[in-house]
Amino acid sequence: MLGFDLTYFEAKYQVSEAVCQVIGPVTPQGFADYCPRFVQGTFTTIEILVLCCLIGLIIAVPMALARVSSNRLFSVPAYIYIYVFRGTPLLVQLFLFYYGLGQFEVFRESFLWPYLRDSWWMGIIVLSINTSAYVAEILRGGIVSVPQGQIEAGRAAGMSGSLLYRRIILPQAFRIAWPAYGNEVILMLKASALTSTITVMDLMGQTRTIFSRSYDLEIFGYAAVLYFAMAFILTYLFRITERYLNRHMAYR
Amino acid sequence: MTPEESVLTLLSLGDAGWGDELLRGALLTIEIALVSLAIGLVLGLATAGAKISHSWLLKALASTYTNIIRGIPEFLIILLVFFGSDQLMISLGNWLNYDGLFEINKFVAGVLALSLIFGAYASEVFRGAYLAVPYGQIEAALACGMTPMGAFWRIRMPQMWRYAIPGLGNLWMVLLKDTSLVSVIALDELLRQSNIAGETTREPFMFYLAAALIYLLFTIVSDYGRHRMELRANRGVRRV
Amino acid sequence: MFKKTIMSFILAVAMVGTAAAEGMKIRIATEGAYPPFNMKDASGELIGFDVDIAKALCKQMQADCTIVSQDWDGIIPALLANKYDAIIASMSITEERLKKVDFTGRYYSNYLRFGAKKGSGISGAEDMTGKAVGAQRATIAGQWLEDNLAGKVQVKLYDKQTAAYADMQSGRIDAILSDAYPLFDWLKENADYEYVGDKIDINDQIGIAVRKDDAQLRDALSAAILAIRENGAYAEINAKYFPFDIY
Repeated sequence: MLGFDLTYFEAKYQVSEAVCQVIGPVTPQGFADYCPRFVQGTFTTIEILVLCCLIGLIIAVPMALARVSSNRLFSVPAYIYIYVFRGTPLLVQLFLFYYGLGQFEVFRESFLWPYLRDSWWMGIIVLSINTSAYVAEILRGGIVSVPQGQIEAGRAAGMSGSLLYRRIILPQAFRIAWPAYGNEVILMLKASALTSTITVMDLMGQTRTIFSRSYDLEIFGYAAVLYFAMAFILTYLFRITERYLNRHMAYR
Repeated sequence: MTPEESVLTLLSLGDAGWGDELLRGALLTIEIALVSLAIGLVLGLATAGAKISHSWLLKALASTYTNIIRGIPEFLIILLVFFGSDQLMISLGNWLNYDGLFEINKFVAGVLALSLIFGAYASEVFRGAYLAVPYGQIEAALACGMTPMGAFWRIRMPQMWRYAIPGLGNLWMVLLKDTSLVSVIALDELLRQSNIAGETTREPFMFYLAAALIYLLFTIVSDYGRHRMELRANRGVRRV
Repeated sequence: MFKKTIMSFILAVAMVGTAAAEGMKIRIATEGAYPPFNMKDASGELIGFDVDIAKALCKQMQADCTIVSQDWDGIIPALLANKYDAIIASMSITEERLKKVDFTGRYYSNYLRFGAKKGSGISGAEDMTGKAVGAQRATIAGQWLEDNLAGKVQVKLYDKQTAAYADMQSGRIDAILSDAYPLFDWLKENADYEYVGDKIDINDQIGIAVRKDDAQLRDALSAAILAIRENGAYAEINAKYFPFDIY
């Protein structure tokens, strides 16, 4: 685990150095001085974002299905989960999980501790849970907006419940939810900056560390540009995939 | 001391417990949120006005502002405004050849940052609501002899609110949660108070949980408030 | 014209401000999360060595002082922005800081120490390869760690010292690098932990930061520090916190 970590850290460091060799000369001095740190931080931010979106989505699908279920045994807990995690600030959740749970002996002796002791993992876990609640709500919106007639048609054709979900409801729910999901991913990109408060060295963590040395406001400016660029690229990616998902609706 | 007793002592009011600090923090949180809401609404309306205006310059300015806010973490915006406003004030002081008096306190910096964020998103809600009012109604009003201003105030505005309330309600809840971010600039709102309490007493879990529950309470109350406002705004609308 | 109007307005307000004051008014900032030098009690009151020294200095100078708390990250920018006039928050006098602010003579001197759990097998920097070591961001301990051990150990930087302690107790970090005295104070109450390794003497002097254009205040404070050293007020405060002289 740690061995892998160190090799990985090393690789990240090497890549950052290489990137900075190339872009260093064309960037402003204030950026070039700390370039490897900015690039490393950007990598970490992307890492966190990708993992959280994946894990969040994996939790969100069953959660959304439970939420729309007619069985109260499923729908009530799902409703509470979604409401609580959407209804409290992410920063509080991060502190509660990171500093709060660390207080308990039971927790520190569990087999999960090697992961949970690491702020990077803890950040990923909390962000994933948080985003899963938002995504579940988005998916729920998608599911309930699938026209009732299609579901009836599916049933009339003899489809079972699960087949109906796999073939008819979920694919369309995803398509309907896609733009809202894109927004959520960008919100996540921005929210990931909060992991710097639990010692994660993401772009924000690096930025704040650099700033604490020099107190130059331009440091924040460079971070803003990097975040903006990432958000811009994500928006673009979501827009082209949206066009792809809706290709059957084109030219009508 | 039984565990229940110790919890009660820690959360009690007065000098022995942290209950009064938490409450004070919660009040400051609401204060920050309400002031930011007021400024943010004005900012959002003005920006929406610029977006639907016919001037390309206003349009470009408005959309640049919205896009920048949407693309930068709220956390970074708060730090930028906090440290940036200081430097701005220092340069302004230098220009006037006077230093002193110019101090933006933490509250103002926090509120400014949160209003900027709220305003950017609210402008989109207002723009959507503006466009949601069918143009035929405006034409009808003009045909009846109303002035364009009259049509705006009497026909467009009352209906805009109806379309804007759900979106604004969402933004208000985002704003409430975002107030927790100003704890990083050491404004003693709810999260920072629980932070201090948790570290001092070494009971972080309990105090963060208390903070989470208070935020949740705010959300529940806001949800109810939004529901009531929607009902009121839609009271003239025929239900299917 | 516009500039003049603003100027006269400001002067008017400023004059009202000064007329109300008797004697010198000093606004002092401290952090409030760095026991035993500065912290808050349950009533929210600032207490600690720095706070006591600040009060003693004000008494010495017969000045009217207010003490506010400000998070460490923003403590220098806010001084520059005139939010207060002096920082008495266990701040080391460093080259980088001297570019931005001015310092009085030292009011105590500091060195760095590692702390770790007893029996952890760590007895110095050489045992820490691959381990997680914490320090506060924006302190010389944090910078020393990044400059000397980055790559060898996992450096964890915290916004507050107290958060670093909490993480060492929960076992998230294996050791902590800190200014020696706050760590000494913390070790008194946490007997499972101990100093490890040698003193890291970085010739660190702790001073009071003031704005560069505020030489008058700097000199007054420097003189007051020497005066309370002379008249025993300093020794009295020192004895309240440490059994040895930290000057």
